[in-house]
Amino acid sequence: MNSLMPPLAQGAAAAKPGGSPPQMPSRPMVMETRGLSLYYGRTQALKEISIEIEEKIVTAFIGPSGCGKSTLLRCFNRMNDLIDSVRIDGQVLVGGYDINGPDMDVIELRKRVGMVFQRSNPFPKSIHENIAFALRLQGLRDRSTIDGIVEQSLRGAALWDEVKDRLHTSALGLSGGQQQRLCIARAIAIKPTVILMDEPASALDPIATARVEELILELKKDFTIVIVTHNMQQAARISDRTAFFYLGALVEYDTTQTIFTAPSKKQTEDYVTGRFG
Amino acid sequence: MDVQTPQLHFEPGEREPELIHFRAKSRDWASCLFTGLTGLATWLILGMLGVILVNILVNGWTGLSWRFIISNSDQDMFDVNKAGVLPMIVGTAARVILMTLFVIPVGVTTAIYLTEYARTTSLLTRIIRGAVNNLAGVPSIVFGLFGLGFFILFVGGLMDRSVLGGGPEPRWGKPAILWASLTLAVMTLPVVIVATEESLKAIPQGLREASLALGATKLQTILQIVLPQAMPGIMTGGILSVSRAAGEVAPILFTGAAYYMASYPKALTDQFMDLGYHVFILSTQSPNIEQTRPILYATVVVLLLLTFALNFVAILIRTRMRKQMRALH
Amino acid sequence: MTHHEQELSELKQRLLNMGSRAELAVAQAIEALTNRDADLARRVREGDTAIDQLELEIDDQAVRLLSHAPLAGDLRLVLVIMRASQNLERVADEACKIANRARDLTDEPPLKAAVDIPHIARMVLDMVKRVLDAFVRGDVDEARSLIPLDKEVDALHKEYSERLVGLMTQDPDTIQRCLHYLTIIKRLERIADHAKNMAEEIVFMCEAQDIRHAAKLGTPPQEPAP
Repeated sequence: MNSLMPPLAQGAAAAKPGGSPPQMPSRPMVMETRGLSLYYGRTQALKEISIEIEEKIVTAFIGPSGCGKSTLLRCFNRMNDLIDSVRIDGQVLVGGYDINGPDMDVIELRKRVGMVFQRSNPFPKSIHENIAFALRLQGLRDRSTIDGIVEQSLRGAALWDEVKDRLHTSALGLSGGQQQRLCIARAIAIKPTVILMDEPASALDPIATARVEELILELKKDFTIVIVTHNMQQAARISDRTAFFYLGALVEYDTTQTIFTAPSKKQTEDYVTGRFG
Repeated sequence: MDVQTPQLHFEPGEREPELIHFRAKSRDWASCLFTGLTGLATWLILGMLGVILVNILVNGWTGLSWRFIISNSDQDMFDVNKAGVLPMIVGTAARVILMTLFVIPVGVTTAIYLTEYARTTSLLTRIIRGAVNNLAGVPSIVFGLFGLGFFILFVGGLMDRSVLGGGPEPRWGKPAILWASLTLAVMTLPVVIVATEESLKAIPQGLREASLALGATKLQTILQIVLPQAMPGIMTGGILSVSRAAGEVAPILFTGAAYYMASYPKALTDQFMDLGYHVFILSTQSPNIEQTRPILYATVVVLLLLTFALNFVAILIRTRMRKQMRALH
Repeated sequence: MTHHEQELSELKQRLLNMGSRAELAVAQAIEALTNRDADLARRVREGDTAIDQLELEIDDQAVRLLSHAPLAGDLRLVLVIMRASQNLERVADEACKIANRARDLTDEPPLKAAVDIPHIARMVLDMVKRVLDAFVRGDVDEARSLIPLDKEVDALHKEYSERLVGLMTQDPDTIQRCLHYLTIIKRLERIADHAKNMAEEIVFMCEAQDIRHAAKLGTPPQEPAP
């Protein structure tokens, strides 16, 4: 299949037996949208959004329900394709490439831009198999390599110590917070460049939430993270840049410190102080 | 923006707690009547089932024997002491199994298309759904005629005229176990499709999204994540189709059931004997109905037992599948 | 108004209450000085306890509000109120010290004023009044205009101090009384400092610009938040 993305170095695509896991190309990767508008049928859900996502920081999307932040998030890995009535104007660029162009390989895109969902969705398989499934999609076959990456990912998601003795039991037996961390482990196992998180902690209790937040702060050393959250204190705690959306439009986009201590727009101030929304 | 503060203040004495009056003030006649009626209906159904089974067993008891089950009717199918139903057992089982081999793949694939691929509003989807629904309402005898006209005369005739045919005698264009099984497959297709669709719909969308977000293709997602989860439901569809097909006579009337076969069906082109059809034969062709009655009822018992046995095997397989899926916990 | 807004409003009210009490203390201390009223001086000292108590209450309520994790304007408001209450407590302390000196001076024969105490006192009192007004109205421009006044007070303080020292060297009899006056004008100069601090806080609260120590650090002015 035609792919405009830079080829993965040294062949995970070629599926060499016992091959090393795929390395991301070293050029810096930034995502942006230019005048992006999105329509569900006749309703306009996104209004000419132009935003740039910087690499290896945490960018937060905040705003009241229905403001379009999740919709925008899903544009970056084309998960909106799953909805029939969606139409897009404008551009979404990942690594400089227009991902809605005719030559874009969606499968490759989704391997570069991973996603963690609001409700944790581990496969009804064992913990090990959840991650191994993702690795086999990359073409990895060698047992020991897979085992190694499974361990590495579980460590990276701060889950290894809790599950190392029951890797082959069902993932559905884990607690909610553990399941979500497993989903994060699964997402980072294929070493994407960007991780999109759609309210990853909203279904979790405060302790599990704190652990996920701590994890995100660690992960941003290696990954670019974009997180949608309706919890403003969470955004203030973990993000570096924050974008405030309202009714499908980008109202304000600035450093997190500015947005939460001295926003420029009155709408932002009103939302952040809880006066509406 | 002004926020309306809810006014929730009660003046003292305004609203008294009524926690002390829990005892019912009057008997609830409607509930009692309803419970009674539903109980009556249940007993009625069980009663009817019981009457049927008892009737069959009582009448067929004298005809049933181990010899009956394992021998054939080469000598005299109307004589209680000489009749045997082994060929019919083999024939029924064979056609049901062959039907399953056809209906499961086609039904599952159609259900997958309808659930996973088709756009719900497109014309094609609506046509397919309409066809499936109508198929479910067609009388079985019509399937029999369809099987004769389409499979035997048309397809079989085509095959005979082509390379696959052999000699002056029609090889494919005649009643055969192949055509009977195919006809039954078409008949039970709606059942499998609906059961599969239901089990596919029961799988949460989150699983599909998770798989796609990892860079799996739609096909990989369906084959590796969705379908394994849906297997118990597919098995249910299979069980339902087997139950229906085992006892059907009309579809196989013209398409492959035989009055008498000297040997068991060995090739796809062979005809076969069938338990249900045999019951029909015994009741209409018998010289002495009094003498034949036990054989008739015994055949029915065997048919019921065979259906139960086939179902039982399928349920066992499904239970094992479910246990395996749960055993990962 | 939501509960949250109500609590913020109450906190603001408390600070204003404390502010008017501190302002009154300063005014009364100066009046005790000019009118040689030992009784008024005593009353100023007694009123200081209430002001200290207010500082504790305000801090307590502010900490509770902080635990609600306020953001943006609300956050700045709570921070500013906490700092302002400290400043006001010190202003009231300074007023006490002036009152003490005023009482001490009533034991001495009156000194022909070599320095115009009422003048500097009026300036300082005016600063205090205006900064509290600016806080109530959220008037950034008024707050900004108060900041250079501190320099004027400083200059006056320097001038008066030198004159008093001169007087003391000339006439050793006046030493005791001049020392009292030196203390008094020093206290007034400190009150002006506190008023300036509060003016800077008001700018931060309204515009999110931190202009403290601007002269020393040489921080260039930023774009104010609307």
